[in-house]
Amino acid sequence: MSDAPSAPDSNKPRRNFFQILEFDTRLLGMVGAFIGLCLVFDFMTDGRFLTPRNVFNLTIQTVSVAIMATGMVFVIVTRNIDLSVGALLATSSAIMAMTQTDILPNYFEFGLEHPLTPWIAIAVGLLSGALIGAFNGWLIGYLTVPAFIVTLGGFLVWRNVAWYLTDGQTIGPLDSTFLKFGGINGTLGTTWSWALGILTVLVVIFMQFSSRRNKISHNFPVKPMWAEGLLGFGAAAVILGFIGTLNAYQIPYRRLERMFAARGEVMPEGFTAGYGLPISVFVLIAVAIGMTIIAKKTRFGRYIFATGGNPDAAALSGINTRMLTVKVFALMGFLAGLSAVVASARLTNHSNDIGTLDELRVIAAAVIGGTALAGGLGTIVGAILGALIMQSLQSGMAMVGVDAPLQNIVVGGVLVIAVLLDIQYRKRSGDA
Amino acid sequence: MTTPLVEMRDMQLSFGGIKAVDHVNVDLVPGEVVGILGHNGAGKSCLMKMLSGAYKSDGGEIYVNGELASIKNPRDARTYNIETIYQTLALADNLDAASNLFLGRELLTKVGLVDDARMEGETRKIMARLNPNFERFSSPVSALSGGQRQSVAIARAVYFDAKILIMDEPTAALGVQETQMVADLIDELKKQGIGIFLIDHDIHQVKQLCDRASVMKNGKLVGTVNVNEVSEDDLLSMIILGKNPNDQ
Repeated sequence: MSDAPSAPDSNKPRRNFFQILEFDTRLLGMVGAFIGLCLVFDFMTDGRFLTPRNVFNLTIQTVSVAIMATGMVFVIVTRNIDLSVGALLATSSAIMAMTQTDILPNYFEFGLEHPLTPWIAIAVGLLSGALIGAFNGWLIGYLTVPAFIVTLGGFLVWRNVAWYLTDGQTIGPLDSTFLKFGGINGTLGTTWSWALGILTVLVVIFMQFSSRRNKISHNFPVKPMWAEGLLGFGAAAVILGFIGTLNAYQIPYRRLERMFAARGEVMPEGFTAGYGLPISVFVLIAVAIGMTIIAKKTRFGRYIFATGGNPDAAALSGINTRMLTVKVFALMGFLAGLSAVVASARLTNHSNDIGTLDELRVIAAAVIGGTALAGGLGTIVGAILGALIMQSLQSGMAMVGVDAPLQNIVVGGVLVIAVLLDIQYRKRSGDA
Repeated sequence: MTTPLVEMRDMQLSFGGIKAVDHVNVDLVPGEVVGILGHNGAGKSCLMKMLSGAYKSDGGEIYVNGELASIKNPRDARTYNIETIYQTLALADNLDAASNLFLGRELLTKVGLVDDARMEGETRKIMARLNPNFERFSSPVSALSGGQRQSVAIARAVYFDAKILIMDEPTAALGVQETQMVADLIDELKKQGIGIFLIDHDIHQVKQLCDRASVMKNGKLVGTVNVNEVSEDDLLSMIILGKNPNDQ
C-alpha cells in the first residue's frame, strides 16, 4: 500500500512516437509483418500481388475464416477451444441448402427466387449454428466436460450430420439473392462503396472526438492534438485507399454485357463499372465492429476477459461463468452459421467437404493474431489480421509458384514462429 | 444489547464424508472485529465462504440484522452488503484496477455500455483515500506490487458500502508498513460501524485487532472469547488442544 511511488502511466520520461499515438505495439508489429509480406510477394510476382483484382480476391477468400476467428477469440480467451467450427459450418451450410432446395419448395411451395427464400434459409442456418453452439457450451459449462473433448466429438458428429442430411451430394443451384453474400456475385458498386467509406471515416472521426471530450471531462490525460490529427488522417487514408482499390477492379466486359442483357437492356458504348466493396466483406466489417464493441464495451465482454484472467475471481464476483460459457459457444456457433452463408454462397452450392480444416485455420488465425491459449488475452482486430496474414501467405505462395506441400509447411512454421515471437515480446514488455 | 449484524446459527457444510463445518454458531455486532481462528483445515475459511456466498451451506441459518437471509451465491451476499477480501485477492490479473473494482457491478452509460471513464474516475477517488501513491490506473493488475494489488482488493470491498466485511488473512503477504496500514484501515472501518470477520493465524495480531475471537478445530467451534479477557497462551491452547478456558 505504501510502496515507493511508481512512475505514472501518463507521463513517462521517455516516450517514443508510437507511445504518444497510444498504439498497441503488438498489433503494430502484426500490421508491419502483413505489409512486409504483401510487398515481398508483390515484388516476387512483378506487381501482380497488389493489383485491385488480387486484393479483391484475397479479401473475399479471407471472410469466412475471419468471421469465425472473431468468435474463436472469445472461446480461447475463456480458456476453451472449439475444434468443431468447420464441421458446424458444414452442418449449417447443409441445412441452408436443404431449406432452399428441398424443404421450402416441397413443403411450403416457396421455390428458389421466392423473395422470402434466402432470408428464411439464412435465419434457419444462423439459428441452427447458435443452437448447436449453445449445446456444446452447455456440455462444457454445466456438465463440465472439457471443451477439447466436446468439440472433438462435435467435429466428428456435425461433419457427418451434414453428410447424412445431404447424402453426400453437392446441393445447388442456390437462390441468387443468397449468392450475393459470397463475394464476387454481390458487390455494392462504386458509388455506394465510396458513400460507405466516407460515412465510415466520419464515424471514426466522430468517435475519436467524443472519446477525447469524455477523457477531458474526467480530467484524464489526452493525446496531443497533432497525434489525434495524424491518427484520424491515417485511418481515413486506409479506409478510402481500401475502397478505392476495390472500386478500381473493373467488372469484365462480357459480364457487364450479360448483366445488361439480363435486365433486357443494351449496354451503352464504352460503359465500364467497378465491383466496389463485396457484401461479404461488408458483413465481416460489421461483425468486426460488433464483436469489438462486445469485447470492450459490454458487461458480457468484460466478463469473458475476467473469466479468462481468473475464473475463480469471476465466480466470486457473482459472474455466472457457466452461463457465460454457453453464451460464448452459442455466439461461436452463430458466427459459424454466418460463415456458412458466405462460404456456400462463394462456392455457389453446398459441397460435402465445405469448411474442411477450417477449425484449424480459425484457431491459427486467432493465435497468430495474439490470442493467448492460456486465456484472458486477445483482440478481434488481431484475429482478423491473423486470418488475412494466413490467406495472403497461402495465395501469395501459390502465385509465386511454391509447391502445395511447401505452402502448408510454411504456414505451419509461421504459426509456431508467430507464437514464439509473441511469447518473447510479452516476456520483454512484462505484459502478462 | 444491540441486534447482531450477523448471526450464523448451526452452520453445516460437508465435502463427501468430511464435515468441514459442524454445527457452528458465530455472531457479529456493528463496529466489532471478530477473529476467526484455527489451524489450516479447521473450517474457518469454509464458514466464511458460506457467508460470502462462495459455498452453499448444507444446514443452518444466517440472520442479517435479525432477519433470516438467503445467501446462495456471491451476488446474494452482495445484496446484504456483505463484502469479502479473499486471501488470494480474487483479482482478474489481465484487467486494470477499475475493471477489477467494479467487476460484476459495472457502471453503465445510458445506452447500456460499460462506462470506463466514470469507473476510472471513481477508482481514482477511492484510491486517493486508501493509497495515495497508487497511480497505475491503466495497467493490468498483474503489473502491480503486492501492496497495490491488496489495495485494489480492499477498495473493492470498501467502495460498495460494506456493512459486513470478511477479511481472509489480509496481511499474510504484506510487509510491516503495509500491515500497519491495514490495521489503521480496520480501526477506521470499525468507527464507521462496520462489522468485520477477520480470519487470521497470527495470535499477536488477533490480540491487537480483534474484540472477540471464535476458535475452530476440526470443523467444530471450540468457543468464543473476549480477546482482552484471555492470554495469548489461552488462545493457543484453544487452537491446538481445542480446550476452552471458560469450561474450567
